[in-house]
Amino acid sequence: MTARRLPEGGEVDRSRPLSFTFDGRPVQGFHGDTLASALLASGERVLGRSFKYRRPRGIWGAGTEEPNVYADATDGPRFHPNLRVTLEPARDGLDLRSANSSPSARADRLGFLDLFARFLPSAFYYKTFFWPNWHVYEPAIRRMAGLGRIKPSSAPLPDGDQRNHHCDTVVVGAGPVGIAAALGLSRSGESVVLVDDGSRIGGSLLFRSARIDGMPGANWLAAAEADLRQLGVTVLTRTTAFGIYDHGLIALNQRRDDGPDRLWRVRPRRIVLAAGAVERPLPFAANDLPGVMSAEAALGYLRRQAVLPGLRIVVATNNSSTDEVAAAMTAAGAEVTVVDARQGRRVARALGRRMVTGVVLEDGTRIPCDCVLVSGGFTATVHLHAQAKGRLRWDDARLSFVPEAPVAGLVTVGAAAGHFALAEALAALPETLGLPDVPVADSAPYDITPLWPRPGQPGRVWIDLQHDVTAKDVELAARENMVSVEHLKRYTTLGMATDQGKTSNLAGMALMGALTGRSIPEVGTTTYRPPFAPVPYTSLAGPRGGSRMNPVRRLACEARHREIGASLGDYGGWLRPAHYGSDDSAILAEAKLARAAVGLFDASPLGKIEVIGPDAAAFLDFIHYNTVSTLKPGQCRYGFILAESGVVYDDGVLVRLDDHRFVVSCSSAHVAGVHGLLEEWRQDRFPAARIAIHDATAETATLTVSGPKARATLAAAGIDADLSDTAFPHMTTRWHGSGEAALRLTRVSFTGDRSYEVSVRQDLAPPLWDRLAAAARAEGGGPIGIEALMILRAEKGFIVIGKDTDGMTRPMDLGVSGPMKAKKVDFLGRRSLFTDEAQRADRNQLVGLLPADGFGPLPVGAHGIDLSGTTPRSIGYITSSHPGAALDHPVALGLIERGAERHGQEITLHHLGQRRRATLCPPCFLDPKGERLHA
Amino acid sequence: MTRHYSALSLLKEGLAGQKGWAKAWESPEPKPRYDMVIVGGGGHGLATAYYLAKQHGITDVAVVEKGWLGGGNTGRNTTVVRSNYFFPESVRLYDMALKLYEGLSRELNYNIMLSQRGMISLAHTPAEMEMAARVVNAMQINGTDAELFGPEDVKRVLPIYNFGPKARYPALGGVWQGRSGTARHDAVAWGYARAAARLGVHILQQCEVTDFLIEGGRCRGVVTASGAIRADKVGLAVAGHSSQMAAKAGFRLPVTSYALQACVSEPVKPILDTVVLSPGAGTYASQSDKGEMVVGGGLDRIPSYGQRGNLPVLETVLSGLVEMFPAFRQLNLMRQWAGIVDVVPDSSPILGESPLPGLFLNCGWGTGGFKSIPAGGVLLAHLMATGQHHDISRPFDLDRFTTGRLIDEAAGSGIAH
Amino acid sequence: MQIFSCPFCGPRPEPEFHFGGELGNHRPAPDCSPEAWAQYLHFRTNPRGAAEEIWLHIPCGELFKMHRDTVTMTALPGRALGDQP
Repeated sequence: MTARRLPEGGEVDRSRPLSFTFDGRPVQGFHGDTLASALLASGERVLGRSFKYRRPRGIWGAGTEEPNVYADATDGPRFHPNLRVTLEPARDGLDLRSANSSPSARADRLGFLDLFARFLPSAFYYKTFFWPNWHVYEPAIRRMAGLGRIKPSSAPLPDGDQRNHHCDTVVVGAGPVGIAAALGLSRSGESVVLVDDGSRIGGSLLFRSARIDGMPGANWLAAAEADLRQLGVTVLTRTTAFGIYDHGLIALNQRRDDGPDRLWRVRPRRIVLAAGAVERPLPFAANDLPGVMSAEAALGYLRRQAVLPGLRIVVATNNSSTDEVAAAMTAAGAEVTVVDARQGRRVARALGRRMVTGVVLEDGTRIPCDCVLVSGGFTATVHLHAQAKGRLRWDDARLSFVPEAPVAGLVTVGAAAGHFALAEALAALPETLGLPDVPVADSAPYDITPLWPRPGQPGRVWIDLQHDVTAKDVELAARENMVSVEHLKRYTTLGMATDQGKTSNLAGMALMGALTGRSIPEVGTTTYRPPFAPVPYTSLAGPRGGSRMNPVRRLACEARHREIGASLGDYGGWLRPAHYGSDDSAILAEAKLARAAVGLFDASPLGKIEVIGPDAAAFLDFIHYNTVSTLKPGQCRYGFILAESGVVYDDGVLVRLDDHRFVVSCSSAHVAGVHGLLEEWRQDRFPAARIAIHDATAETATLTVSGPKARATLAAAGIDADLSDTAFPHMTTRWHGSGEAALRLTRVSFTGDRSYEVSVRQDLAPPLWDRLAAAARAEGGGPIGIEALMILRAEKGFIVIGKDTDGMTRPMDLGVSGPMKAKKVDFLGRRSLFTDEAQRADRNQLVGLLPADGFGPLPVGAHGIDLSGTTPRSIGYITSSHPGAALDHPVALGLIERGAERHGQEITLHHLGQRRRATLCPPCFLDPKGERLHA
Repeated sequence: MTRHYSALSLLKEGLAGQKGWAKAWESPEPKPRYDMVIVGGGGHGLATAYYLAKQHGITDVAVVEKGWLGGGNTGRNTTVVRSNYFFPESVRLYDMALKLYEGLSRELNYNIMLSQRGMISLAHTPAEMEMAARVVNAMQINGTDAELFGPEDVKRVLPIYNFGPKARYPALGGVWQGRSGTARHDAVAWGYARAAARLGVHILQQCEVTDFLIEGGRCRGVVTASGAIRADKVGLAVAGHSSQMAAKAGFRLPVTSYALQACVSEPVKPILDTVVLSPGAGTYASQSDKGEMVVGGGLDRIPSYGQRGNLPVLETVLSGLVEMFPAFRQLNLMRQWAGIVDVVPDSSPILGESPLPGLFLNCGWGTGGFKSIPAGGVLLAHLMATGQHHDISRPFDLDRFTTGRLIDEAAGSGIAH
Repeated sequence: MQIFSCPFCGPRPEPEFHFGGELGNHRPAPDCSPEAWAQYLHFRTNPRGAAEEIWLHIPCGELFKMHRDTVTMTALPGRALGDQP
């Protein structure tokens, strides 16, 4: 416990202390701490457990690359699993639990697993657990896996926020290079968004010394911040650019102090990628011990939060970036030993069991220490470039993949482009961005010597810290011929942890290359996939839940329905009265009422698509299965629209208002589809024709009055048209009144009883409803819901498309073969009616079914079965089933094999393991002659 | 060399530093001629090679793969295996696959981690419950396991589902298949590859087929970047790119390529114990043994060969998921990807000899490729070895598009593809 | 989120558009062979790369022609059906 807070320095505000708990122990910190820096300052080293072997782990890094320390956080009533302690500001009152341990990271119950590590190499699970089978072992393994835990009992997290934004340029990364780019582009007149995942902009300037334009880096940064403000650059801190998508969209996730995370979808003209680079570990045995950490991160903790990571520090390095680290640690009072591979000195292994206590060099030198700061060089953060399908080039001097060339709309600068020295990075800006005037920095050149894991290296050398992938695992993969980079990844799980291999992938590839005689670029990289860092589901889901998800459409008369206690339900995307009152026994009562007197039904969702123009009739002749052009003005005709496959796509009544004006009515769930189909064929096949198509469904409400008292109800409601059968026969339409309040009366029936559809501009529907409802009640009837209507239409054998038909039903299967045989002109789907399949004799056909076993209504979804073979065979199924309203027995409709020729035969039904018997009959149960239409 | 996998060999190798394991498969040089060549080293291609060798004794076989084996849709799916289909033809096909999966770990001596956690396809409205009953009955008649779940059953298997009064998608019940579940997708490819290689099959990776050898109106082999490879018969199992290969062979297919996306969350401790599908919310999910929530949805709406995810679909799928499971608001998305699938008008696969004699098709699986790998392998192997359809593959011949006898699951059962 | 350009409404986001099929898939004569009908109904070129397609802009209801790359997803501005290529 030797890390500690220095008495002065850093960004932390010592006048604002705070405290939180970690694994039940209090941790003190200051405003300006991250959770990680406060934990580090507390002196506690073991802060996490690795995924597989449950090895003790401490903090490695200071950003999104952190592989080791995650915590489940209770934040008041809310709960966040797998919190990255390196990214979150310390907050008072948080209760943290290390994510993959029980009861605590310090004393994990499963810590013993590491003793068996030799028997649990990568992919061991593919080689065992055969007997008796995997199911026996799986539950225990599931419980051991996982990282943090979800807490279902906590308060639901609020909806994420989402925002769309347009600008000229998004600069990703607000280090000195990103800031310089943002300033330059803004000065040249561009609108710029500058994004950084840290809590402050400045990047390395926040903890590395630099001289820019002759002044200390901190001074330059302060001036730059003022300039950015003055220029109006949008600066988003704590914001991660996590993905680049098609057509130049860049997605950002912003972590906010005052609300849930916010997703930004930004569409800039150009993206400047200045995302920096990530420091790599060094390959030596036991390089995963707590106390071994990134030198760059440690410098950050020292300079920003005044946390000295140890008193006796070994700086192990292969590059020049650690020169400043060693000097800073020494200046802060630590005893520092540098082990620099550039001078031929390398660490062979770290000593210690629960935390590092020393190192042994390859030459045998033993150095006691309490902290090892390592730098294996830097890996350019090229993720977004690669996501944008940019190619990568291996830079043998800098030992990193770097962008080969800019891709359209995206240019990479700074360390992300491999310019690891600041002077070099800034000097490249004029050429890459076309900026005339950029700051000049003094910095030492970057110097590095290769130091990769070597085949046969002794000890356990960790490559992927979180997933416990060691050099031996990579060797095992090579031995088993899992040599492609994707096989390496999937077989060993290297790079598949929550850090997505930011610190580990390159070392794994280098070792695989060495094992198979290939260079690193020959091994190649895995595909870079979004997100760059994990993104909360809430950000991506946004405010789309509950009633905002696939919102239902509303009736103009909804308030009227609610007033009389309607039970509303989602029917084909519309919120409609199922029945009135909360008790569904009302359904049959409503149906009986409609049969005996009159029912008033809100049929507004019924599709009403107007087809207008001199060529409309010829057009509809092509669209419809039935002939349309022979219809006289004022007449209606029931018919089908087929898909080109010959399947019945929709049915409905076609109304001819006048010579040039038709209303195509269609099922409420099919309005958009029918409208699209009409437009498609108009534009494709009738491009020069004089036709206009208009979907009038939303603007028109339709109230249907049905029953023996329907005519009287209309009259009582004050609709004083001549409703006599001679003036207004069945299957005709007429206008009543004029102007805006005109009613369109259509005499069609979906119940078998005398019925009138009354259509009116939707905002005028509620008063009309009131009049009709009062009149219906006066006639002994009343409102009915859609469930009652389903009974009425089923008794009459009227079908509902999509319920009583399926995706194979042809019109002949519904008993309508006239147009196929007789229609003169070509129509949609015609050719498909003459295929072998359509002409097959054993097709499923619409039939009626009656219970033949004395039990109640036949269950919907029951299948007819043929038991003549060795195994049962389905011969179709029941599609609708209802108790009778006019009839004293239940009725059912179904699609049954050869059904049309088998009326009178009994069949066996299968339903959920039970058998029933049913008699096939014609699908019309009630009034086959149609006398009730005129009653 | 340790070749056999077992707890004992793992123990033995543990003591020996894991140094004695044999290669899972060799990387041989291509021969100029094989009896049979399979184009495509995914699950279907590798399984075909394995069953050619195992069931038909045809071991002079090469699997030719342009990238690395298992790198296409086999490695990009959401690992669900199920046979909850409507039509008898489909149930026979997918149940054949599921039954083979049930014995596959031992047969291949490779633990494919078949995890039969059950799958619930939810119904949210009374109309969907009626459709669920139709599907359950069809499955029972066709000889596979199925139960119709009611609301209490859903509460039992999905205790954290959103049963609140304001839930957009209340769970009234659904179709339950207990034998459904997941299997480790990479392991399926690797297990077949290793077993096939043991039987003498050549696995040729990084070997792209650029053309077919066509002589006398027959397919006589393939042309690759590293030269021609002759064969008596050629099988094609290149999901997502079937149309391109068909064009080289001179015909078209009833296929359009679309991206199918999936994503995983950061791993968490066990919280979801079954596979769950909500057609209404447009989302399905399962939790992997590692703890990640594996989530998918419907196809993209734009035909595509771009193997990458996008935001609109991701946002829709995840908003559906958190509507179903409010506690999942605590999760973070970790990785997002896409595979390119063959979408066929009736959403059923195409198995059979192609219009070019000597070239055999295994394509058109749409979103259902992974779950059918063992059956796809057995059936293509049968076709290639005998020149005849297996009874189970006959209905899936390319000729159904001309006769009109489609097997349209979406039309028959309402199962979202 | 892709952006397509409707010839009548200009650039709009992808959820407003619906794929209408490959350009040039002409409806054969009513008495065509089963094979010709099947080709029209089901068989597609399904190009990888450059594609000429029909799209529908849902809000305005207009079909239009669009050149698109099915790998890179680049899309040229749409052209009205009546426009010559």
